[in-house]
Amino acid sequence: MAELQFREALLEAIDEEMGRDESVFIMGEEVAEYNGAYKVTEGLLDKYGFKRVIDTPISELGFAGIGVGAAMNGLRPIVEFMTFNFAVLAADQIINHASKVRYMLGGQASCPIVFRGPNASAGQLGATHSVAYDSMYAHFPGLSVIYPSEPDDAKGLLKSAIRNDDAVIFMESEQMYGLKGEVSEEDDYLIPIGKGKIKREGSDVTVVATGKMYHIVKQAAAEMAKDGVEMEIIDPRTIKPLDIDLIVESVKKTNRCVIVDEAHPFGGLASEVGFLIQREAFDYLDAPVRRVTLPDVNAPFSKPLFDLWLPDAKQVVEAVNAVTYRT
Amino acid sequence: MAEKIEMPKLSDTMEEGVIAKWNVKEGDKVESGDVIAEVETDKATMEVEVFDSGTILKILVNEGEAVPLGATMAIIGEEGEDISDLIDDAGSSDKKQEKEEVKEEKAESKKEGEKKESFDPILGDLNGKGESKEKEKEKASASDDGRIKASPLARKMAEEKGIDLSSVSGSGPDGRIIKKDIEEYKPSEKTKTPAAVSFDSEESEDVKISQMRKTIARRLSESKFSNPHFYETIDIDMEASMQARSGLNEISDVKISFNDIVVKACAAALRRHPDINSSWLDDVIRKHGDVNVAVAVAVDEGLMTPVINHADKKTLQQISSETRELAELARDRKLQPEQMEGSTFTISNLGMFGIEEFTAIINPPNACILAVGAIRDVPVVKNGEVVPGKRMKVTLSSDHRVVDGAKAAHFLNTLRQMLENPLSMLL
Repeated sequence: MAELQFREALLEAIDEEMGRDESVFIMGEEVAEYNGAYKVTEGLLDKYGFKRVIDTPISELGFAGIGVGAAMNGLRPIVEFMTFNFAVLAADQIINHASKVRYMLGGQASCPIVFRGPNASAGQLGATHSVAYDSMYAHFPGLSVIYPSEPDDAKGLLKSAIRNDDAVIFMESEQMYGLKGEVSEEDDYLIPIGKGKIKREGSDVTVVATGKMYHIVKQAAAEMAKDGVEMEIIDPRTIKPLDIDLIVESVKKTNRCVIVDEAHPFGGLASEVGFLIQREAFDYLDAPVRRVTLPDVNAPFSKPLFDLWLPDAKQVVEAVNAVTYRT
Repeated sequence: MAEKIEMPKLSDTMEEGVIAKWNVKEGDKVESGDVIAEVETDKATMEVEVFDSGTILKILVNEGEAVPLGATMAIIGEEGEDISDLIDDAGSSDKKQEKEEVKEEKAESKKEGEKKESFDPILGDLNGKGESKEKEKEKASASDDGRIKASPLARKMAEEKGIDLSSVSGSGPDGRIIKKDIEEYKPSEKTKTPAAVSFDSEESEDVKISQMRKTIARRLSESKFSNPHFYETIDIDMEASMQARSGLNEISDVKISFNDIVVKACAAALRRHPDINSSWLDDVIRKHGDVNVAVAVAVDEGLMTPVINHADKKTLQQISSETRELAELARDRKLQPEQMEGSTFTISNLGMFGIEEFTAIINPPNACILAVGAIRDVPVVKNGEVVPGKRMKVTLSSDHRVVDGAKAAHFLNTLRQMLENPLSMLL
């Protein structure tokens, strides 16, 4: 194991895949000469040159479209968005083209492309730069959505994403790029898309969280362990396809579930997991499933309001107390 | 000034008392110390004395009705006094609590209101944060429509275990039955009633369960369901004891019964076997310093177990007269709680009914109980010949948490040796 920053784990994955497959290239705003807005692509220009590491103008719809076309013609593009908040400009290419190419052409073409970049909020960036899009993209057939929480997951899953023959949305977080963690040094380290991971074993309650939310849940778990409540944390890592089997198996053991989701409450990961649990584990539930999400309100700019808006460990503790009937 | 007469605490474990009998009626004049009522508690029928002199202005509870500890039974004062306030007060002591609860609820909802207000001006509905909105909804949907509320898991577990959900009380919000409630569920006296209803016939009669029956039911169920009982029976040659008894009765002022001899022998044997004279107290086993033998006495409604304290230090005459006295008090329901407390061992004798042998349920917190059968005329083999003999079977029920088989056997052997050779009790 090597200790790497999240950004270094991503760089290793891209570098390794570009090294092993000439059809892999990366493009986006500032990815080449500036070495990436968040330094994820540091050194790639020097190593692979302008042909495979391409700076684009500020025109998300344009370069996403180039990517989709390239993918349909046999290349494996990695399209970096400076944030997924800007990718809404490219939504037509992602939603109407990348996700539907294989289906509409009856399998005659595919679209092996990775759209990656930071997702959701990162402090006081205002309402338009603070949206969590993972559940929205997971809504569309034909897209896989990955939102890892730790460097190790990031490396193994990004490599799998690049090799995937259909479009993948790969989400990161500005606030996690500097996060350090042990990363496997296994040669060609791949984590299959659609496999979750039990990140903490516990018997009292299943808590589902991925991405940035995993870290607040981890905090809450440490807090609750002092009170003798053992949380089982499941990080699905992939939002879609969702590893619901792993979650259901855990709920059958703990009989209670809390989902912590960085998105707004309506129709998100939390509601989907909640629905599936009641369908698959109805007879095992000892309490209604609870969720901790953003409120149905856009991100406030004010710091005190922003802190109130974003889910925190205290809310997780409250939800866990409720489902374990400790309140 | 008029005063309320409240249900006094007549025994340590009492929670309510049933008015067995009023000795006074409204308008009667009473002196301090007069017995105004007899109250049936979980242990005995006790007399209630009045503290103040005056006139009984109002009796609030009918005979046969139960009164919780501290609740008003009657009002005493001077004739013609206005007691309407006191009556209202007595009737509303329950309501008072309710009122307080309502108040609390109001306070709570006020708090919630304040919370909302503090967020409203800027963000509108921010209730997603604290989930207080969901909580409210939960409250509203769980209105009391008579449904049994249980978590799906609790429902499934109850079905698997054959537990009737209506007999489980829920500890979750709005009384929801949850996993923990099923896990901790202990079948109580209540659970079997529905079956009985289906066998209803015209001759059937529902008898109100007396305080004594309730106590018997609770204590013996607890004992039988939680103490691992085992039983050992021994056959005792009673010829020597019979001879000793008739000899003693020629000179004794009080008549010595076989039961007295068994009590005395048990007491002496218990002194030698302190393991039998013990109690399981969850974290320790207490070997009692005193030998206090309880004797089961059948009374109309059930049974009572008066205690002969320090039985090992008493003479047969003392045991005999004390047993007789206590049994009489028991039959008249005049036993005081302290006369039934502190036993370290119990004897139940059904010999007089011709019962050959039986097993008894341990009387908590004792570790053992001895079930004594009748003395039978039986052919016995002595020196290779069949001769007429006198035999009595006794069965010791032991709590295996405290006593093991061999220890119980040693005790029974000592007991047999004493009864077969009564002089050895003097050793």
